[in-house]
Amino acid sequence: MSTFLTSTFMHNVFGGLAQGVVYSLVALSLVIIWQSTHVLNFAQGAMAMFATYIGMTEIDRGIGYWWCVIISVAVGMALGGVTERVLIRPLYGKPEINPIVVMVGFLGIIEALAAAIWTSTTRNIAEPFSQIFYHANGKLVYLSPFIIFQIILAIAIMLAVAALFRFTRLGLQLRASAMAPEVSRLLGIRVSRMLTFGWMLSAGVGAIAAVITASATFGLFPTDMDGIFVAGFIAAAVGGLESPIGAVAGGLLIGLAEQFILSYWSPNVAPLGGIIILVVALMIRPQGLFTKTAGRRV
Amino acid sequence: MIRVEGLSVNYGAVRALRDVTFEAPTGQITAVLGANGAGKTTLLRTISGLVAPKAGSIFLDEKALVGVATENIARMGVAHVPEGRGVIEELTVEENLRLGAMASKVNLSEGLNEQYERFSALGERRKKLCSTLSGGERQMLAMSRALIAKPRVLLLDEPSLGLAPQITAQLMRVIRDLCENEHLTVILVEQNAKSALRIAHRAVVLHLGSAVASGDAAEVAANDDLRRYYLGVVVE
Repeated sequence: MSTFLTSTFMHNVFGGLAQGVVYSLVALSLVIIWQSTHVLNFAQGAMAMFATYIGMTEIDRGIGYWWCVIISVAVGMALGGVTERVLIRPLYGKPEINPIVVMVGFLGIIEALAAAIWTSTTRNIAEPFSQIFYHANGKLVYLSPFIIFQIILAIAIMLAVAALFRFTRLGLQLRASAMAPEVSRLLGIRVSRMLTFGWMLSAGVGAIAAVITASATFGLFPTDMDGIFVAGFIAAAVGGLESPIGAVAGGLLIGLAEQFILSYWSPNVAPLGGIIILVVALMIRPQGLFTKTAGRRV
Repeated sequence: MIRVEGLSVNYGAVRALRDVTFEAPTGQITAVLGANGAGKTTLLRTISGLVAPKAGSIFLDEKALVGVATENIARMGVAHVPEGRGVIEELTVEENLRLGAMASKVNLSEGLNEQYERFSALGERRKKLCSTLSGGERQMLAMSRALIAKPRVLLLDEPSLGLAPQITAQLMRVIRDLCENEHLTVILVEQNAKSALRIAHRAVVLHLGSAVASGDAAEVAANDDLRRYYLGVVVE
């Protein structure tokens, strides 16, 4: 057992899962927004980064780690809600490219702003869990208390989101508003509130991904979430953009693929992992691996 | 009661409704008749706030509805069953019904039981996705989802479209009962003038956006000119 845990294969599995859950969270946040407003939020990663930087500023003032997490998520949610109201709402019913252009511009503004306020050096949150790897029989196991925490936190968030959508009144209203906005309004559901809440929820989930990244050894810098966004976007696309489970599975798959390529080939080509999975997925099932309907309805 | 006064609606340069005035009294069925493109659907969509009129007013009892948001009009007790039924296919029968009750103060489990008693086919399929329902079952569900909130006004857009006559008759019996026993006000849009006039108390005839006649259903049914020119009914 212990030789198995310390094998190169298991190193890669643990490393891949740790990175994969971050991709899964970003992918999940993209799916939430896509499902509720049919907008692809290209600024998702940058918004999450900004929220986490504000959380980190507060940690400098001496608040604890958990307060930093709560503040980052709260700021992320507020930012998501304001973005929907101010930037996205005027664009409903316009060509689909419009919100994409606006959000790409917003991405640039947020990243420049973050660099101007906090400089572009890497910042790190002192996490409450040790990053020191476990040992078995004197050999390294690529698991630390922090990595275990990171995986459990991500899974808990995903389960909570799934439960919210499936079992609550709010979740039912969110789904209905996305599926049939006009019919929902005729039933008295406040669809515009639901859209704002969808963006808040999504940005809150995204902020968790940035907090985890900032807590890991390598820390967070203003453009750090760009690469994570690309991987998360591919994960969401592989899952078919409409399936939360697909997004999570896609994220884990890409995390594992990158880690194995990094280990057996070269770190320089690791980002290829996502692209390879995307190409293969598009060849097998262009509508996404986890969608039930054939093709997107227009 | 719904009162429509001088209602005009434009879609760009197209005049969909011009100066339409009529009243749908409490506890009665008012049929809105006319050919395709006469403005029937536009009239219902304007009442429920989905379309903003160019001129005119709409009153629910004494409250003005023009300018009120659709979801608030629904919360005031106006239930609109849109054309093409409007059930949400990706949700189950019960989820659709829960949505119907969500904005009202009715007790959910009592409401569900009442609807399943009224439409037993829905009770048997409560956990099924709506995409698996037949056309008749979808119309039942759309109506049931509107009724679960105990509305004061029911707007029905072509409920008989594509349905077997027995199912249409069953739905109409339910509507008639509700009018008589619970003072429901119904505005029924129909292309099939003959069947609509059979159950309606009053009727309005629309032609190219104008109301060319309104009055007791029996009077409209007896007017050969109306039937010949506007309703496409062959007069023997």
